[in-house]
Amino acid sequence: MYGKGLLKGLSVTLSRFFYTYWDDLVWFWRRITKGKRRYYSPEGIAHRSSKEARGIFTVQYPEEKLPVPEEFRYLPFLVYDEGLDGTKEIRCTSCGICAKVCPPQCIWIVRSTDPATGRPRPQPAEFYIDADICMNCGLCAEFCPFDAIKMDHDYEMASYTRTLLNLDRLLKPASYYASIRPLNAAREEEARKAKLASKAAKAEAKAA
Amino acid sequence: MIAPDSTTTIDLVARFPSVVTPDTRPGYSGWIVDPAHLTEVATAIRNEFSYDLLSSVTGVDYYPDKMEVVYHAYRTTGGPALVFKVQIPRHNPVVPSVTPIWKGAELQEREAWDLLGIRFEGHPDLRRIFMWEGFAGHPLRKDWKEPFYEEDVKPFKSRWPEGKHLPAEMRTPLQDNLFFPPGFDPEAFSFQDPDQAAYEALRRQHRPTDEDGIQTDVIIINMGPQHPSTHGVFRAAVMLDGETIIGLKPIVGYLHRNHEKIGERNTFLQNMPYTDRLDYFNSMSNNFGYALAVEKLMGIPVAERAEYIRVIMAELSRIQNHLVWFGMMLNDLGAMYTPALYAFEERELILDIFEATAGSRMMCNYFRFGGVARDVSEDTLRKIHDLVHDRLPRKIDEMDRLLTENEVLVSRLKGIGYLSAEDAIRTSMTGPMLRASGVPYDIRRADPYSIYDRFEFDVACHPEGDMYARYQVRMDEVRESIKIIKQALKQIPQGPIMSVKPSYQIKVPPGEAYGRVEAPKGELGFYIVSNGQPNPWRYHVRAPSLINLTSLEMMCIGEKIADFVAILGAVDIVLGELDR
Repeated sequence: MYGKGLLKGLSVTLSRFFYTYWDDLVWFWRRITKGKRRYYSPEGIAHRSSKEARGIFTVQYPEEKLPVPEEFRYLPFLVYDEGLDGTKEIRCTSCGICAKVCPPQCIWIVRSTDPATGRPRPQPAEFYIDADICMNCGLCAEFCPFDAIKMDHDYEMASYTRTLLNLDRLLKPASYYASIRPLNAAREEEARKAKLASKAAKAEAKAA
Repeated sequence: MIAPDSTTTIDLVARFPSVVTPDTRPGYSGWIVDPAHLTEVATAIRNEFSYDLLSSVTGVDYYPDKMEVVYHAYRTTGGPALVFKVQIPRHNPVVPSVTPIWKGAELQEREAWDLLGIRFEGHPDLRRIFMWEGFAGHPLRKDWKEPFYEEDVKPFKSRWPEGKHLPAEMRTPLQDNLFFPPGFDPEAFSFQDPDQAAYEALRRQHRPTDEDGIQTDVIIINMGPQHPSTHGVFRAAVMLDGETIIGLKPIVGYLHRNHEKIGERNTFLQNMPYTDRLDYFNSMSNNFGYALAVEKLMGIPVAERAEYIRVIMAELSRIQNHLVWFGMMLNDLGAMYTPALYAFEERELILDIFEATAGSRMMCNYFRFGGVARDVSEDTLRKIHDLVHDRLPRKIDEMDRLLTENEVLVSRLKGIGYLSAEDAIRTSMTGPMLRASGVPYDIRRADPYSIYDRFEFDVACHPEGDMYARYQVRMDEVRESIKIIKQALKQIPQGPIMSVKPSYQIKVPPGEAYGRVEAPKGELGFYIVSNGQPNPWRYHVRAPSLINLTSLEMMCIGEKIADFVAILGAVDIVLGELDR
């Protein structure tokens, strides 16, 4: 029969239309009984991006935001450890691996030198990342041997001018890093501790 | 005619003594053919040895003495490549064209002329393809330098240890890399319409029919580059007799950024994120092809778990590509956005998985030489499991119900844009386009790479050769991909994800390699030449989007102009890959 396929197709759109409102009713019931809301709530967003999602699929950005997974990467930032007296202990040693591995070559590092001896110090004097050039590939974070440069989760970076990130804007505390990437931070911390322990054991063995 | 059998080794030297010599450079393979006899040898390769599918034609600039043109030919019955090359002096690079033998070489030879300045004699329409007529120089030649040129290869010395940041626009482009064509006089310069050459080519090749004795006039219409149907900045100069298409020339290059030149400046690893930007729908497949080519050169194995992860990711990418294709195809036909947005729901879930594993939704940059960048968590594997066992089959059935029997869709697709199997092979069509013409050629089966030989799946194939067949092939392929992922999830072992220590300085021995994968849009190949340096000497992408356009004219001739939109949509092009 001509038109059967059309009707079959239309039944799909009709059921989609129906489910949108049906799900609203279901969630209305949940709201009454369990206090769970379909919109503007974490469980509502999680439901809409799960395999059970039916009907409305969209998320009302910026009122609602999708949670970003741990591995999500945006722009790089530099990690510093907070010293006991509040000093910033920058992990970066200005070894230049990130600048070398960077595909669009958007990292500029000025190595600092000791004013007394004139010899290079393992600390960056300046660190620039041209955010307009950065392609968010994450290779700098992947190959940094000191866990000093990591990829940030903050993606709301729109600005009226070009964005050049300098050392001030790049530095973020290790606690912030642990908050956005808890699993990675814990794994790296463990590796660092193990390394320190093995070093200490070696030193002890040497002394003994 | 020798029976096509992939196990017989071809001995071209025995067939053509003194014309063909084996390529004995270390790390190289194949045959070197005397340019004067290329046509004769190529005809024999096609007709006697039945290498009917010419996959890739490209040039290499062996600065400073010679140029080389490299051909990769395959049999559509399966098996490895037959590689043959022609060497020519750099100051006068002239090669006989193979376009009369394999029409699929047409656009690729134009590309080699444009970027490397190799002239192909006997080519029906040898014009620049990406750059404009009147452009000075050939960008892929090793002595050509781009504006804002810094150094030959990355990493640039200005970045460390005394890195002075300087925005690109502050650097003057008018330094030592400013070229003028010989005899250029700015005073005497007058502007010439750059499109004239394309229009003339159209007029030369096609004449209006005047069967009834009435001389009719033709018009040339430009579809694009700013046309919503062209999926980006593609343009076609269409020659019309009334409403019927009688000739067509694709005009591309609006998104050209010379990916290959950038690739030669980059180190091997630095190219990986750049491949994401080719076909930005399928960065996983692009990564796959490039990783395969470099691994072949390095001669390293891939970690077992990583192989499975690669297959899962590549197939997920195929599913979302085809789903979006259904949506976009229907957009082209006028069913605005309902199917497209239904497809985007499923794509969203797949991109969530990419985001959780690779860190980015589209620019995945996930593959490394010898494995993948990071492991897939159990949680993500469970998500993939739920998708392929529950949601995706359900949703694909829904898409099927929504579209497949729809009478409007059927009448717009059936019998339109016909391409016969012979023509499809002759024009080097690959992927769903070739399989919709009844040639069951799928690289995953015909020349298995990675671990595809371990999975049970069918090659989707429909013999009709029209657009409805192209639609059905893609529908079947999505289901086959789900099958592959299901098996991969069952078999995936625990273990390391890298077979070698991850490193940013990769030692690649000198030689050449051609890695190809069955990307969702067709055969995606990477031809890489290394000279032992940290950067590739030649990095060529065999882009299915571009080469599948060779037959666009064939499919469009005789159809109405309104169907051009749909025929182009059915090819499934992505301009990021097409223009490179």
